[in-house]
Amino acid sequence: MSLLSVRGLTAFYGDSQALFGIDMEIAAGETVAIIGSNGAGKSTFLRSICGLLAPPADSIHLNGRPIAGLPANQIARAGIALVPEGRRLFPSLSVEENIGLGGYGGRSGPWTLKRVYDMFPDLYIRRSHAATKLSGGQQQMVAIGRALMANPDLLLCDEISLGLAPRVVKDIYRSIDSIIGEGTSVVVVEQDIAQALRVADRFYCFQEGRVSLGGRPGEVSMATISGAYFGV
Amino acid sequence: MTSQTPPPLPVTVAPAPARAPAKYAVTLSTRTSRVGETLLLVTAIALCLMPWWGDRSLIRTSTEFLYILALAQMWNMLAGYAGLVSIGQQAFVGIGGYCLVVFGVQMGLNIFLVVPVAAVVAALVAVPSALVLFRLRGAYFAVGTWVVAEVFRLLTANASVVGGGSGTSITAAVQGIPVWWRDALTLWGAVILGVGAIAAGYFVLRSRYGLALQAVRDSEAASGSLGIRVRRMQWMLYIASAAGCGAIGAIIFISKLRISPSAAFSLDWTTTVFFIVVIGGIGTLEGPILGTILFFALRGLLSDFGSWYLILLGAVAVIVMIRMPDGLWGWVLRRFNLSLFPTRRRLDRTP
Amino acid sequence: MTDWLNTLLQGVLLGGLYTLFATGLSLAFGVMRLVNIAHGDLIVLAAYVALVAVETLHLPVLAAAAVVILVMAAGGYVLQRGLLTHTVGRGILSPLLVTFGLSIILQNLMLEIFSADSRGLQAGALETASVSLGGDITVGALPLMIMGTAIAVIVLLQLLFTRTTLGRAFRATSDDGETAQLMGIDTKQVYALAMALAMAVVAVAGVYTAIRTSFDPLGGPNRLLFAFEAVIIGGLGSLWGTLAGGIILGVSQAIGFRLDPGWGTLSSHLAFLAVLVVRPNGLFPRTRDR
Repeated sequence: MSLLSVRGLTAFYGDSQALFGIDMEIAAGETVAIIGSNGAGKSTFLRSICGLLAPPADSIHLNGRPIAGLPANQIARAGIALVPEGRRLFPSLSVEENIGLGGYGGRSGPWTLKRVYDMFPDLYIRRSHAATKLSGGQQQMVAIGRALMANPDLLLCDEISLGLAPRVVKDIYRSIDSIIGEGTSVVVVEQDIAQALRVADRFYCFQEGRVSLGGRPGEVSMATISGAYFGV
Repeated sequence: MTSQTPPPLPVTVAPAPARAPAKYAVTLSTRTSRVGETLLLVTAIALCLMPWWGDRSLIRTSTEFLYILALAQMWNMLAGYAGLVSIGQQAFVGIGGYCLVVFGVQMGLNIFLVVPVAAVVAALVAVPSALVLFRLRGAYFAVGTWVVAEVFRLLTANASVVGGGSGTSITAAVQGIPVWWRDALTLWGAVILGVGAIAAGYFVLRSRYGLALQAVRDSEAASGSLGIRVRRMQWMLYIASAAGCGAIGAIIFISKLRISPSAAFSLDWTTTVFFIVVIGGIGTLEGPILGTILFFALRGLLSDFGSWYLILLGAVAVIVMIRMPDGLWGWVLRRFNLSLFPTRRRLDRTP
Repeated sequence: MTDWLNTLLQGVLLGGLYTLFATGLSLAFGVMRLVNIAHGDLIVLAAYVALVAVETLHLPVLAAAAVVILVMAAGGYVLQRGLLTHTVGRGILSPLLVTFGLSIILQNLMLEIFSADSRGLQAGALETASVSLGGDITVGALPLMIMGTAIAVIVLLQLLFTRTTLGRAFRATSDDGETAQLMGIDTKQVYALAMALAMAVVAVAGVYTAIRTSFDPLGGPNRLLFAFEAVIIGGLGSLWGTLAGGIILGVSQAIGFRLDPGWGTLSSHLAFLAVLVVRPNGLFPRTRDR
């Protein structure tokens, strides 16, 4: 049984359709990359999984349980955490309060405030600062730590390298490696293909709301991938 | 359920979705809109001739209908189109009314000539008010307008020259005008204001400013890219609406002949138009017309029930706001896709 | 001189009542971005509930206060879940007009049930007791108690917001409701709890209103305006600012009233407009959203 099973997922913004029947299976412990250009529907896909958009009934199952149509807070408690695009930290909360709030759902698991600080020592030093006063990389660490505190079965990361210096991106992805090492399933959505393919067991390429290509990074040539990516 | 490991995905490239070319035409004028224009013109003429064919009570009811309609249009112009919800339009109704006392009774100006003067005075007062109020946004603007109205009410109540808290009579200013003429002139004034409010709104909103205004209403933030012009337009509308309310206030108290601060600056003026516009359909020109008709019908039927009548209206307004935010007229529009006074551009697919 | 000092002190203490009026409004705005036009009518409703509890149920004032707080908090919860939740995320027009409609319904319901007569709650010795501060300067025990309550309410709310999980959930939901949901926070529940809390504060304000002033079914709007002015003067989102705002309103009212009885309320409104001209964001601005 796969951890996450998506069948025929569609999504709409008003009258315009953003996703046209996405199918996806993610096994427990697997890391999946979703790549694609701007507007391909990657973020829409993640938002649908999290319950921020209304997906069709029965289109999404988590551990065999239908979750499509549940409110976002219940999906979070069921074991899906999102590191949202643009980080979306709570500006009136301190670093520690932001991270701590990730555990609001009360799921138990390996991740605690201490483990998060062990992974991101910089955050411990700045734990009482206002979260949005931190540097971009540190804010991204807060967002990841906050999502981990939910002890999710599935961690969704939306564009976590966007706007960060290459050195910082490397640090962030090192943390993703250790999260994967913990046995958590991870989905990374990226425009940066190389970075995403490095950590992923499998990848899906989105184009105009459809899966244009899927496979394992070693088995598909870069030329085929960029063909699917740019739609040429 | 599916197997433990997901099946390897076939490497396929989906065909790009085909795009069929479609033709669209933007239309504004429709056959029903010409019907609407004609209907408005015929009604206006019939109303103007009413002193010759109607009896006194019909004339008075029509006058009231028209000034309430005009007031509703003024409020709708702000709330429905410019996104400026005011709970303080009674400020300008009161100022218009008190112009009768100052210019009509005390300075001896012909009371019907006070009506345009009241518009000018209200507009002049609106400028400093706007200077303060436009520092507030959204709901805070709304409550702010209410504070300003209260300030004017309290100032008037403290001014013994205009009768203080107990108010004063305006009868002195209409002595010498025959009753027939007084009723007729009041009605004509109300026709000008009522029909004028619809016509003015119609042409302003159909002009190129109309689109910008609707953008302002739909999202003040999103239309911020329109720059200072948006703010200037809200300014202009606020002042125009104040002028309209001032003139309406003068007409109202010409027909009542007695004025007091609590009646002139009463929140009831805003409450009434709130009911009318919300139930009829906020953001449309037809909504307030439908709402005013409904309001007068309900009042005739239910006014014996006192407070329960207002409780019922309040409940209906709340339900309409939640269940059909664009009111009864909005429902009609969606149901039949028609509009008597179209102010929205329609995108029609052409064959 | 002592006369003026007394006036000033009375004004400051009157500010305590205005602060209580404003705190519930500020809370509802702080968490839900809701400006509740029916706020003043709910204060008056709480005053009537207190009156019923004391005069019909013959409860002692303190027990009556507890009943009012419970009733109003429960009412706030139901109001949010049943009605106001439909206005969340639908722009400013919807909540504004729905609460305006609610205000009219409440006023007329209270007119039907309690008649238009002015009422007041008899609280015995508390009403007349006063405390001497030396010389000719005395302050009423009740106004002092109201000010004490206002400060206590603010301290408690501050502690709630900064020290408890629920408080953090309030702040997070206020910052970004969508992301708060991703944390597993049921934002509808959070809104309902915030409204219950706001109404509990309204209940306290209502009980004191009943004891200290005479009130009638149509007295809500005036109290809404005072609450609103205190919030704006203080700066949105700042509870201590609200206290400052309440005191400024109380003092200007006392001074105005001293000069001419007709100028009491007017002076408060003018003080508010003056602050708005000089400091458009209030004295202690916290949030930018307005």
